[in-house]
Amino acid sequence: MAREAHPALPEFDYIKPKTLAEASQFLSEHAGESRPLLGGTDIFVRLRDGAWKENKFLVDVKGLDGTDVLTFDEQTGLTVGAAVCMNRLSSFPAVKEHYPLLAEVCDTVAAYQLRNRATVVGNICNASPAGDTVGACLLYGGILNVFNVGGTRQEALNTFFVGPGKSVLKPGDIVTSLQLPIPPKGMIGKYLKLNRNNRGDLAIVGVTAAAYPNQDVPSGVTVRMALASVAPTPLVVSAIEDYFKQEKLTSDTVQTAAQLAMDSCKPIDDVRGTARYRSLMVRNLAKQALTALLEKM
Amino acid sequence: MTIHTITCTVNGESEVVEVPAHWTLLQMLREKLGLTGTKNGCAGGECGACTVMLNGAPVNSCMVLGVECDGATIVTVEGLVKDGQLDPVQAAIVEAGGVQCGFCTPGVLISARSLLDRNPNPTEDEIKEALVGNLCRCTGYVRIIDGIKEAAKLNEPVVIKE
Repeated sequence: MAREAHPALPEFDYIKPKTLAEASQFLSEHAGESRPLLGGTDIFVRLRDGAWKENKFLVDVKGLDGTDVLTFDEQTGLTVGAAVCMNRLSSFPAVKEHYPLLAEVCDTVAAYQLRNRATVVGNICNASPAGDTVGACLLYGGILNVFNVGGTRQEALNTFFVGPGKSVLKPGDIVTSLQLPIPPKGMIGKYLKLNRNNRGDLAIVGVTAAAYPNQDVPSGVTVRMALASVAPTPLVVSAIEDYFKQEKLTSDTVQTAAQLAMDSCKPIDDVRGTARYRSLMVRNLAKQALTALLEKM
Repeated sequence: MTIHTITCTVNGESEVVEVPAHWTLLQMLREKLGLTGTKNGCAGGECGACTVMLNGAPVNSCMVLGVECDGATIVTVEGLVKDGQLDPVQAAIVEAGGVQCGFCTPGVLISARSLLDRNPNPTEDEIKEALVGNLCRCTGYVRIIDGIKEAAKLNEPVVIKE
């Protein structure tokens, strides 16, 4: 059957709860047929494509307690409410000053209009391996604050992702905010993304790299890297961090590290690129990203 | 199908709209309010033909539910005209020849108006960046960009936020 050119959204009801408890209760009572709604920029595309046929309810959690918060504290770091859109986040002065890599990755997502709706917490909760903002949040040591009518808890991002579109979240869980600790002093970062066109596309491959001085390792500098679109989940390349414990970041070690990045990924063939192409591009982009860090140091 | 009754302000007029829960703002504008200036291009948040201002910020109206706009202020391309006068950005893009088939134009105008509201003197790169989400298949963008540069020179930003 030919696909409709402009499919309308399938029918569902829209629920606007007044409290987190009410929202969580509804989501757990309607497990499997309801989802929390933030910006909707992924949900609407998926629904139009025919995914989630069992969905009957979208539960709008924007504006609920703590979801609009955007604050920076010198001790505890940055708190990003779930409903804070990417444009608001990337233009927040404390983000520009203390988390420039986060501002940089937000500005690579789609286009300005979409970033007025799209949220970083939504990008994380979708658990897409291609999420542009996820790598930076992983490298900043992000933690999610999760509300459930059964109790609140925190989930570290490095153990949050389970598979494509799958996370540790359970029915009734609502991520209210993302917490990023104060970055290590002198941290620099770079995000490089390979697109089918110059701007506005999903990542065929995304490479987020960061480095900071660290006297606790023999090399004196910690280097970390996260990859997008090359494994079932967003991937932190532990081999890179291990390698640069001993080795200094130089134009020679960059070559070896780029190969480590390539060896760590497990991409698939899909409409945006083949597995082989992705692997090779990881090596190229990793080299470019690490070289960019070297030049910034 | 669940129908919600919402109240919103569209182009300065208060509207009470009965809208199905799964309808987008784009459908609501075109099919309930008859504001067909806003176009349905891709219905996927990519082409920008449906761009409108929602509470002062441009959004893809195909990526917002109508029911989410309860209490919101919306400006469409029809709302750019004030007292029969074109917004400077409309006049300048027409003058520059930035309209061919015209399908992208309503979205381009809203994005351009929004850019000049937040940055009255944009560079060419800033103009291009602001138009990343507005696809035009006719003009090659050159005359659209020329028009926005001219509109910036007019230096008479029309405040369209409520």
